[in-house]
Amino acid sequence: MNVNLEIPEKKETINDEVRISVRDLNLYYGDFQALRNMTLDIPENAITAIIGPSGCGKSTFLRLFNRMNDLITGVRVEGIVELDGVNIYDRDIDVVELRKKVGMVFQKPNPFPMSIFENVAFGPKRHGRKNRVELEDIVEKSLKQAALWDEVSDKLGQSALALSGGQQQRLCIARVLAVEPEVILMDEPCSALDPIATLRIEDLMRELSKNYTIVIVTHNMQQAARASDMSAFFMMEEDRAGVLVEWGATEKVFTNPQDKRTEDYITGRFG
Amino acid sequence: MKKPLAPRQISQRTAFTFLILATIIVVIPVIVIIAVIIVNGAGAITWEFLSQPPMQAGKAGGIFPAIIGTFYLMLGTIVVALPLGVLAGIYLSEYARDNWLTRTVNMAIVNLAGVPSIVYGLFGLGVFVLMFHFGMSLLAASLTLACQALAMTVTTSREAILAVPREYREGSLAVGATKLQTIRYVVLPQARPGIITGAVLAMSRAAGETAPILVVGAAFFLPGLPQSPLDQFMALPYHLYTVAAHVPGMSKTTIWGVALVLLVVVLSFNVLATIIRLRARRWRYGT
Repeated sequence: MNVNLEIPEKKETINDEVRISVRDLNLYYGDFQALRNMTLDIPENAITAIIGPSGCGKSTFLRLFNRMNDLITGVRVEGIVELDGVNIYDRDIDVVELRKKVGMVFQKPNPFPMSIFENVAFGPKRHGRKNRVELEDIVEKSLKQAALWDEVSDKLGQSALALSGGQQQRLCIARVLAVEPEVILMDEPCSALDPIATLRIEDLMRELSKNYTIVIVTHNMQQAARASDMSAFFMMEEDRAGVLVEWGATEKVFTNPQDKRTEDYITGRFG
Repeated sequence: MKKPLAPRQISQRTAFTFLILATIIVVIPVIVIIAVIIVNGAGAITWEFLSQPPMQAGKAGGIFPAIIGTFYLMLGTIVVALPLGVLAGIYLSEYARDNWLTRTVNMAIVNLAGVPSIVYGLFGLGVFVLMFHFGMSLLAASLTLACQALAMTVTTSREAILAVPREYREGSLAVGATKLQTIRYVVLPQARPGIITGAVLAMSRAAGETAPILVVGAAFFLPGLPQSPLDQFMALPYHLYTVAAHVPGMSKTTIWGVALVLLVVVLSFNVLATIIRLRARRWRYGT
């Protein structure tokens, strides 16, 4: 199967300001090495797509940046992940502050079983914003940013679970935006959505990338080609550890891959 | 007209017959018990019976102090067993590491439910009545029943908390909520119906217990209602036991009447627990 890869017009130049840099990173689950020798830069205010076959550690890699892997017992991280020049794996890092700065959208839309309003206000409230008017402003602004306001402005008090899958995912994006993060991580955010909802999320991502640094894991090659500025291709080695095969401007990775494995994968010869 | 049944169909029907028979056999005693109590006891239920203190060793008058005593006991039990149970449930599900100590503690708590109730009674007598000098009292009895109820409140809280999907916790942590905030604002509200169901069932069980309160403070007859937690009290199950077994010439209708009131108290709490569970389920699916 040959995938027809249409590369839309991208930003003229990719911002060469590095937002996150990963150096010599190894990650282990107990004895099992999940990520090996990863070195990679993530540019500011751009979309970086992580692509590769299932089980090669893409989600694990993404969860490095908000230290979500910490929740799993037996995880060990070696190497450096610098956000704005600070190693987020330093011992004195406040993980809660880090997660305010680095928001995350998950594979399956996971709005809380609360009203639409309470979902978006959840983060700001936890960070001490209690003023009702202020919260209303934040909710409206976040929902507008997430391109959901027009659809829900008249039913903010209703259960978020009554929304469609695509709306729920945009609500989750609004929930993240409400805490004013600088980096947004997206773990296959469209895999549970239909093609139209998917396109809406992609449009939204492009819009958000003007002001946010976005890292997205995706299984969908067309999505990576359409929506991202930078692409990083992951593979598994013999021992199932994930390695970074190639990374660079999406256009380059997709039209002129340097590594035979990247070419095979994006043209659908395996994976 | 009909084809003869194949052996496969015969075994199907036989199995079906046995299964339905077993179900009927299980259900019949429940229905019979409830029916017998209602038929025999309904005649005793009058306003006077529900609102007056007993007279002539329960042969006349009513059972008002026993009803109130039982409600006090349920209240006292749950006031102690619910907060402790929820806090321990939170610790065991969210904070305790999965090691042999935690597993031992979990097993011990589950096994608490299997300890015979009279053993709790003796424990309460030794610890609350004698050692802490609470005397034979509502307080000692509530604490004793609370120890017994803890097995249920801890277990149901823990299970209800563990059943909250991981996605919700991650969603909360991912916007920078602390672990405590995540528990307080996401996990507990989700687990609440399960926790309340467990609490209500624990209360209904406390209402029905006879053996433990026998030795820590229940009285057969008191002139008035308990005025403080350190007073003795009357309770429905103990009252039923004494009028049925120890008062000669007792009217059968009165005995059945006490049983009926006790049954209604206990069953209504069980029904309440079911309603809470069903309502919570409806909410969860967003309709």
